[in-house]
Amino acid sequence: MRIQMTVNGVDRTADDVWEGESLLYVLRERMGLPGSKNACEQGECGSCTVYLDEVPVCSCLVAAGQGRGRDVRTVEGLADGPDLHPVQQAFVEAGAVQCGFCTPGLLVQTHALLATSQRPSDAEIREALAGNLCRCTGYEKILDAVRLAADRMAVPEAGP
Amino acid sequence: MKFLQPTTLDEALAAKAEHPHALPIAGGTDVMVELNFDKHRPAALLDLNRVDELAQWAPEDGHIRLGAGVSYTRVIDELADRLPGLAMAARTVGSPQIRNRGTVGGNLGAASPAGDSHPALLAADAVVEVASVRGTRQIRVTDFFTGVKRNALDRDELITAILIAPSTGPQQFCKIGTRNAMVIAVSAFGLALHPERRRVGTGIGSAAPTPRRAHGAEDFLSAALDDEGLWDSRAELPETLATEFGGRVRDAASPIDDVRGSAAYRLHSLAVMARRALAWAWHDYRTSTSDGRA
Ligand SMILES: Cc1cc2nc3c(=O)[nH]c(=O)nc-3n(C[C@H](O)[C@H](O)[C@H](O)COP(=O)(O)OP(=O)(O)OC[C@H]3O[C@@H](n4cnc5c(N)ncnc54)[C@H](O)[C@@H]3O)c2cc1C
Ligand code: FES
Ligand code: FES
Repeated sequence: MRIQMTVNGVDRTADDVWEGESLLYVLRERMGLPGSKNACEQGECGSCTVYLDEVPVCSCLVAAGQGRGRDVRTVEGLADGPDLHPVQQAFVEAGAVQCGFCTPGLLVQTHALLATSQRPSDAEIREALAGNLCRCTGYEKILDAVRLAADRMAVPEAGP
Repeated sequence: MKFLQPTTLDEALAAKAEHPHALPIAGGTDVMVELNFDKHRPAALLDLNRVDELAQWAPEDGHIRLGAGVSYTRVIDELADRLPGLAMAARTVGSPQIRNRGTVGGNLGAASPAGDSHPALLAADAVVEVASVRGTRQIRVTDFFTGVKRNALDRDELITAILIAPSTGPQQFCKIGTRNAMVIAVSAFGLALHPERRRVGTGIGSAAPTPRRAHGAEDFLSAALDDEGLWDSRAELPETLATEFGGRVRDAASPIDDVRGSAAYRLHSLAVMARRALAWAWHDYRTSTSDGRA
């Protein structure tokens, strides 16, 4: 079947999509967007996290056809041209990226967290990232990165 | 494989009648795992995401009519005040990404003995509304689960909504697992106090072939609270009562040994969870106003 949707602001079409295929597969294998990673295909690791109509979801658990006509934003759509998004910049600077496999999902999920919570507590960060597994970093640097990004993105409070 | 994508409930019911083997897919958090691992290859998928009627909730005739396709995230964000037990259970499901997609209708469709919404729905005495081109039926949630991962749906039926009375007293949900997120329950327990009816509702998860109520424990506690005038006095709950209640909840279970835990541990943990849930709920009841809200 044919799947048409908006991906990172661009109208995209894929043909000959198998009906049981996942959105993740369509993005990676049919649209040339390999940023979202395929690590478990069962919703456990979060490395395939993308926005579907502004809601972060595991793209491995969305049927391709469910994405028809909808708006998808992947990790490739976070940066503004050559300029990394502050969340991406913070992950680089904090040393939160080792093998990098978990990173795309963590970036999207962190982006979503900071869109709703300007200064998340550590408990909130852990809760928000509970569905994103990392086998390398031990998570401490990831928490550092989220705090760093939050600091930089927070709208300064009105001073005296 | 066919991909059916109705946009109204009538279309969805017509599609299900015409293709009884089509597998409904809502959030896909159960269905897609099966497809990705090729455990199941249905003749057709019936996507329910575009059926607006399923994605709504509204107060109706004294209860909340929760559309089968409302996500856990929305239950938590929009209904925690009216359906606190279900919202507590929803908070323990998977991860934020899973809760953004997963639905209560999908949980009932999968009918896993470990489904987290089930103990809360049982304790609240919820009703499952199912429909087909032949008409609509209401099934009490106690009668909905017919076996391990089996439910009372006919081949041409879809779950349309869950009807749940807004809480009139404190509710609790407890779940045992190895982590605070992303766990299938080793055992789970839901409790609801219904002061207006002087009844207690319970739900046991992951400790029997189906989710089930602990009828004996409910009858025992409801009668004991009545006999000792505790609904009105709101006095402290005798420790022996809570312990006896826990024991009777345990006695209602019939768990198995599996990779997640032993039957013995499930029984023990149920007795402990039930006792604690009651202590917490009773504490809330004692400190709440007369309409039951803390
Ligand atoms: C990583 C991960 C973690 C999870 N953690 C938990 C957890 O902690 N607790 C828990 O309870 N579950 C958990 N689950 C399981 C799953 O998320 C839940 O069962 C969820 O409620 C399913 O909802 P869904 O909308 O995604 O269902 P789907 O996958 O779309 O459907 C599930 C079943 O219900 C049927 N169905 C769906 N909607 C309808 C309808 N309206 N009428 C008739 N049939 C219907 C489908 O055909 C299918 O058989 C987890 C799953 C994953 C992948
Ligand atoms: S690949 Fe989707 S959650 Fe792991
Ligand atoms: S950096 Fe390797 S999995 Fe996270």
